[in-house]
Amino acid sequence: MAVSPLITRLGLALVTLFGVAVIVFCLLRVVPGDPVAMMISPSATPADIAALKARYGLDLGLGAQFMLWLGAVARGDFGTSISLRRDVLELIGERLPATLELAFAALVFGILAGGMLAIFGTLCRRTPLEPVLDFLNGLFLAVPDFVWALALVLLFGVFLPVLPISGRLDPSVPVAFATPFYLLESLARLNLAAVGDLLAHMAMPVLALGLPLAAIIVRTLKEALIEAMLQDYVLLARLKGMSPLRLVVQEALRNAVGPTLTLTGVQFTFMIGGTVIVERIFAYPGLGNMAIDAVINRDLPLIQGIVLTFGALFIAINIATDLIAALLNPRQAHG
Amino acid sequence: MTDLTRRRVLGLGACTFVSAVLAGQIPVRAADGSTLTIAFNANLPSFDGTVGPSGVNPAIQAIYRSIFDQYIGQAPDLSFQPGILTAWGWNDDKTKVWMDVRPGVSWHDGSALTPEDVVWSLERAAKPETGNPVQGVWAGIGNFKIDGQRITGDVKSFDPTIFKWMAFLTGYVLPKAYYEKVGAAGFEKKPIGSGPYMVDAYEGNAYLRLKANPHYFGGKPAFETVIFKFVTDPTSRVAEIESGAADVTLEVPYEEFDRLKAKSGLAGISTPISDIGMIFVTNEGPMLDKNVRLAAHHAIDKDGIVKRLLRGYGVPIDTLEAPQYAAFDPSIKVGYDPKKAVDLLAASGFSKDKPVKFKIQTTRGLKPKDYEMIQAIVGMWRKVGIEAEIEVYEIAKHYELRAAHKLAPAAFYNWGNAIGDPTTSTGFAMFSKTPHSAWKTEDLDAKIGPLWGEKDEEKRIAGWKAVDKYIAEEGYVIPLLQYVQPILYKSTLKVTPNVSSALQPTLITGA
Repeated sequence: MAVSPLITRLGLALVTLFGVAVIVFCLLRVVPGDPVAMMISPSATPADIAALKARYGLDLGLGAQFMLWLGAVARGDFGTSISLRRDVLELIGERLPATLELAFAALVFGILAGGMLAIFGTLCRRTPLEPVLDFLNGLFLAVPDFVWALALVLLFGVFLPVLPISGRLDPSVPVAFATPFYLLESLARLNLAAVGDLLAHMAMPVLALGLPLAAIIVRTLKEALIEAMLQDYVLLARLKGMSPLRLVVQEALRNAVGPTLTLTGVQFTFMIGGTVIVERIFAYPGLGNMAIDAVINRDLPLIQGIVLTFGALFIAINIATDLIAALLNPRQAHG
Repeated sequence: MTDLTRRRVLGLGACTFVSAVLAGQIPVRAADGSTLTIAFNANLPSFDGTVGPSGVNPAIQAIYRSIFDQYIGQAPDLSFQPGILTAWGWNDDKTKVWMDVRPGVSWHDGSALTPEDVVWSLERAAKPETGNPVQGVWAGIGNFKIDGQRITGDVKSFDPTIFKWMAFLTGYVLPKAYYEKVGAAGFEKKPIGSGPYMVDAYEGNAYLRLKANPHYFGGKPAFETVIFKFVTDPTSRVAEIESGAADVTLEVPYEEFDRLKAKSGLAGISTPISDIGMIFVTNEGPMLDKNVRLAAHHAIDKDGIVKRLLRGYGVPIDTLEAPQYAAFDPSIKVGYDPKKAVDLLAASGFSKDKPVKFKIQTTRGLKPKDYEMIQAIVGMWRKVGIEAEIEVYEIAKHYELRAAHKLAPAAFYNWGNAIGDPTTSTGFAMFSKTPHSAWKTEDLDAKIGPLWGEKDEEKRIAGWKAVDKYIAEEGYVIPLLQYVQPILYKSTLKVTPNVSSALQPTLITGA
């Protein structure tokens, strides 16, 4: 991607973010549930209620509230959480790394598992194994992440209790981290005990999030590989005596990976959305888990901050996907 | 020089991964006997239980009671007992309060808890700007003076429940000097209290690790370490206790409770708690007709609902006072009488062919079988000539509508009252001057109003019983049942159930 289109994309990203801000702000004001009503003391008078509204700036008109909030956000002030009574940006900074580590681990798992199975499925084409693989893939595709989460809890948490069910780290292990990126920090410090514990806690959420993604990659990549395998250059390589595995990996894969990459980028954003429920089920202390609490408590500043963060993340992923696609396909890089 | 091939790099990576997982030892079992792991049903949003929404969240009081002490303690049967205050009371004409502060209590940082801490905590709670959700309660006393361990103060507006509130929501003593030194944000990061456990580690939405306070005035607790795992999903809590990863859990579906308590190595206890299910009646539309209100109440088979829907886990009630409450009067009965309901409706011109119609609002999944209960009730109503349309809403919407007096004619809700006083059940739910009431009429206010400041305790309780009787006769609310809290635990433990519903680690010991 050339510099000029990149700048255009970044400009568009800002416009999109502004749109997200407007939508989330308006939506939160029209959906049922007044945060002040949840805090009213039984002995509160109308004056007390009015004072409480003024305290959180909810006594102002919608336009004034929006402008105040937007001005503060532009200065990097996302406000104070009503329920947690802490700076919203600080809270997001604490929780986002957990979600990012989880999501990237699920992405890596999905790409590796999906990629390998797609190659295997291509090699198994027109064999008795093909319908079996297609059926299993259909099953993985049809079952949503939260159902996988519950199934995994039963399987590896109860029937065969080899994996921890909840949390990010064993609470009885006294580990002090300097950053909120626990996994990266543990890897950097070569603290294998912490890495193992973190990976063990991540295993089930990663599987729940990664299995549907892997299934999508299998389906898309396999179709693209089969198509690529019919191309003349592959046939030529086959005539030269190249093995089927090398044909798929060395010849067909590079040309087939483009559409899968774009789709993976889109699916990755959906998967990050999926972390909300999956984190809840596994009591994983990420941004998604906090988002549910924020919604339950009608914590407007926190919800707004989280949605904006997710919005920025989705835009960043889309831009990154386009950049990678351009790198892999020089024609795209030059428009 | 070693050749580093791609295959070797991948092999080393795989070895590192396996080593890491093995080094982590994947601890899925709860720890040894000195550690108690509780799969808890709520998150802890804030360590300061005296301000903000956390202050009135009953689910997390067990944690606050572990770290902090209340002015006045409360036994598992809801009776009051000395806490930080060893004695308390009013003067004869109830214009002043007095409180004796327990000597020899220390904060978790080793400094002494003094009467100044108590006064500072009371005054802070009474200031509107600090954000105490029941600030109005605390503002009823003030102008405190300290003489040794005794505190005296003026009664600004008499509230017969003020000392009960000292064992209830937001009634915690906080360290004045430490709080002023570190501020609100610093306190959230490193809170200290005077309670039986000290904060050791905390990760929001994940866990809280507590260490026993060796200098606790009530004696060192039974467990050296207590871990609250915040597992808000009931299925995951079931998995936690079934897999052995947690020692205790609570609020699991009754079906799972019955299954797991029969399992080897596990035990279960179920106790009626200070939380009731009820249907608010709003004074509008068809509910202005007394016959309709009473018919709606008589048509409900509460025993049947408890037995068939809740597997027996519930206690049917006819007033807003549960049996453990101070103003419970077993003589007040409404009774299941569908024929009477039919007759009452007929007297107002309604029948099965010409039913009275209104909307009923309910949550779904907030309380055990809440939606299913309302479905059953609507079915019972249909049989007598009431056609109710169900609207499902979130609890946040309920609060908004109730504060604006815009609830539907009937609205399901649950009401907690861990101090068991009639003021905090019937009073706040039915007095029109509070934003929490749905039925707002002058006849009822005339009966409740004088009780608000009644100084004679016997007369006050008798007055509330009379109000409850009047409400039942008029059908101003439809109380349904008292909830039962299921607790599952390892059979190596002994759990003392708490009627207030707070699963405090101090109520758990080795069997």
